[in-house]
This record gives sequence, structure tokens and C-alpha cells, in this order.
Amino acid sequence: MIPQSFQYESPGSLSEAINMLQQYGEDAKILSGGHSLIPMMKLRFATPEYLIDINGIPGLSYIKEENGVLKIGALTREAELEHSDLLKKHFPIFADATKLIADPQVRNMGTIGGNIAHGDAANDHPAVMLALNATIVATGPEGEREIHIDEFFYGFYMTALQHGEILTEIRIPMPPPGTGSAYHKMERKVGDYATAGVAVQITLGDDGVVTAAGIGLTNVNPVPLRAARSEQALIGKPLSEATINEAAQYAAEDCNPSSDLRGSEEYKRSIVATLVKRMIYQAVNRANNS
Amino acid sequence: MLKEISITVNGQQHTLEVEPRLLLVHMIRELLNLTGTHIGCDTSSCGACTILLDGKSIKSCTVLAVQANGKSITTIEGVAQDGQLSPLQEGFKENHGLHCGFCTPGMILRATELLANNPNPTEEEIRWGIAGNLCRCTGYNNIVKAIQYAGAKIRGEELPSTEPEFV
Repeated sequence: MIPQSFQYESPGSLSEAINMLQQYGEDAKILSGGHSLIPMMKLRFATPEYLIDINGIPGLSYIKEENGVLKIGALTREAELEHSDLLKKHFPIFADATKLIADPQVRNMGTIGGNIAHGDAANDHPAVMLALNATIVATGPEGEREIHIDEFFYGFYMTALQHGEILTEIRIPMPPPGTGSAYHKMERKVGDYATAGVAVQITLGDDGVVTAAGIGLTNVNPVPLRAARSEQALIGKPLSEATINEAAQYAAEDCNPSSDLRGSEEYKRSIVATLVKRMIYQAVNRANNS
Repeated sequence: MLKEISITVNGQQHTLEVEPRLLLVHMIRELLNLTGTHIGCDTSSCGACTILLDGKSIKSCTVLAVQANGKSITTIEGVAQDGQLSPLQEGFKENHGLHCGFCTPGMILRATELLANNPNPTEEEIRWGIAGNLCRCTGYNNIVKAIQYAGAKIRGEELPSTEPEFV
């Protein structure tokens, strides 16, 4: 399978790339890791006239902590997230998630920015970003702007990114002590889309009361879904089997999975409930050991 | 519009004029006639087209040739040095790590990076490490043994038994 012809550009700076996006308009696509876009181009689902390869732009690949905020550059590869000591220490959820993203070769190419900007509810980072309360930084002709993750996903493959903007950074608040996080997706085999996936981050106070909870769901809704009622079922209460069951039940009720080869709607709802429970327990275990 | 690219392939510098839509695997097979890199699924699932791009294993069916401009690639033809099989090639030979051989170049390139990052992987790490490479003949057991053999050889340890496993 061979993509339709296009003009290839490899700008050396962000401003050059943004100029090109403005100049070429809607016919231009950004090439990052390319492991969603190139398969779509080979199938001719995507037929951009101009391909703007941002891989040669320096300074877009990093994982660092600054003033209580974790900052991840958009071109950071999945393999780098998987093996980062900073992330392993504070955000074990990234190792959980990246290990389940496609396979090692794809993770050597795929980037976190591309994974999020693609706007696919079947991708894993969107649910993780919802659980971690991330903020997305978009850089365009007028400079940078911040978009909270709850305002980012609009519809099927649609995000708040405007034409001419490039997703450049992800910002995540560093978790307070007593925080744990976990992610798991059920997949039929390596590289398949999730049957369902659940991301959880929980903060416990000294008295065992849940002070913060973030829960994101993968591939059980047209857009990546925050399980808001599940979060509220946990926050402000001591953690108990009853509150965890309640959170699991709400997530199963509030998602909108479709029946397909991976299972019926009912089956997927039951998987969501089970994964919500397991990820809460996993996150709490990690919180207690942090 | 053709674009000029410069790529080091198995240590040798090449300057080529390519269409931007040319896939790296087609450049390797059709312009350089290095047909050891196979095309299996053509959808980045099977791993038969795996090569090293600046030392990292990637699936060359899902990368454009222009993306490799200025970079260095290694294909199966560049793995043996001075006529000597690499530890992995020797491991696959000694352990019957292949039947039809179609997946073998991709397996060897993938395992080359795996062992470069971690010369002493557990069996689970090996199996996760080759999760992006499909083999439809061997059932993987002898591939895992071949990689363990190569790891031991790289570490300079006594080589494990090469009795093939029949299951």
C-alpha cells in the first residue's frame, strides 16, 4: 500500500513549521511519530497535500519537573516514557500504559503528542491525561495557549487544536504525598485496540479519606471519557469496598461502548467495572507504599 | 517532486533521489536491492520489516524514506561482521530458531536492540520484547532460546544447551 503523493517539508524550527501550516492551510498534516497517520495515508483514509515533518525541530523532547509541574515535550517517544526514572517514581501509570501501547518498535517511533493530538478515544494517553488532570499546550501564530484536558477532546478524532497550532507540551501537576496511579487495558492481543481501558489516580489523606480522584476511560465512548460520577463517589469519603463498588458501577453505566468484534456492549461495561475496581486497588496500594 | 536524501546503510553512505511517499522498506528492497528485509503484513503488525534506525528497532513499512534522511540504518545484511555471524544469528542457527525464515531478519534486528539495552533479559522480558514480531512456524520457544543463547554469548558466559525443544 502506497500513500497518495504529497509535498514533504521538514522545518527546522517551530515558527517555520507554524508558518508552513498557515501557508498550506487545511491541506497540510503534521507528521510526528507517524504510526497513526502513515497507516491512514497508506489506506488513503488520509490524503494530505503537504506533510510537515516536525521531527527535526529541536527542543520538543524532554521529561522534566519544574515548580511542581511535570512537563513532557510533545515529541517524547513512548519508549522514553516507558523507561523514564522520573515517571517511574511519581507516575507509575505511565509505565503501565506505555507497556501496553502497540509494541516495542512502534513505541520507538510513536510520540505522546501525536497520541493525544490524534484525538482517538481508543488511544491510551487520553484516559491517562484525564486521570492526571493534564493541561495541553498548543503553540500557534499568536504564541502558546493552555487547554485543560476536559476542554480538549471534542468529537470523533476532533480536538480543540486549531489549524496552524501544534501540540508542543503536556503539563501535569506533581502529585502530593499519598498519591498512587495505575492503568490497564484489556486487549485481545498485542497491538489491538482496547476492549476497554481504565486510568486511575487517587490521593489519600493521613486519615484515609480520599482527597482527590481522577478516572479516565479508554475506547468505551466516542470521545475519551472522564468517569466524573465515579470520582465523586470516592472524593471526601474514607475508601471502602462500598465506595469502590459504587465508583465501578457508575463508570459502567456512564460509558457508551459499542458492540463489535471485541465484545458486546454489556460485556464491555462489565470489563469497565472490573478494571475500575482493580485500578483503584492498584493505585491505593501504590499510594500507601509511596 | 523528488527529494534528495543521504542515508548510511550498513555502514555505507548512499545518496538517493526519492518520492516523498516512498516507504523506507521499498527503498531498502527496491532501490538498494537488500531483500533480506521482508514485507509481511504491510500494516506495522508483524515485524517482518524491522530494521535499526540509528540503533533503534523500527518497522520500515510505516516510515517514509525521507524520514531517514541523515540517519543510519542497519538491515539483516549488515548484521554479520567480517563473515562472522552475530551472536543472534549464531543463536538462531544453533537453536533451530527458524523454520521458514520469513520472520527471522525482523526477529534478529529487534532482538539486537533488546540485547543492546539489556544483555541479560528474563524470559518474560524477551517475550514482551518480541511482542511486535509474529512467527507462524516455531511457536516462539526456540526463538526465545536463541535470544538467551546470544545474551550468554554477549556476556561471555557459558553457552546454554542447544538441544532443540519439540512441543
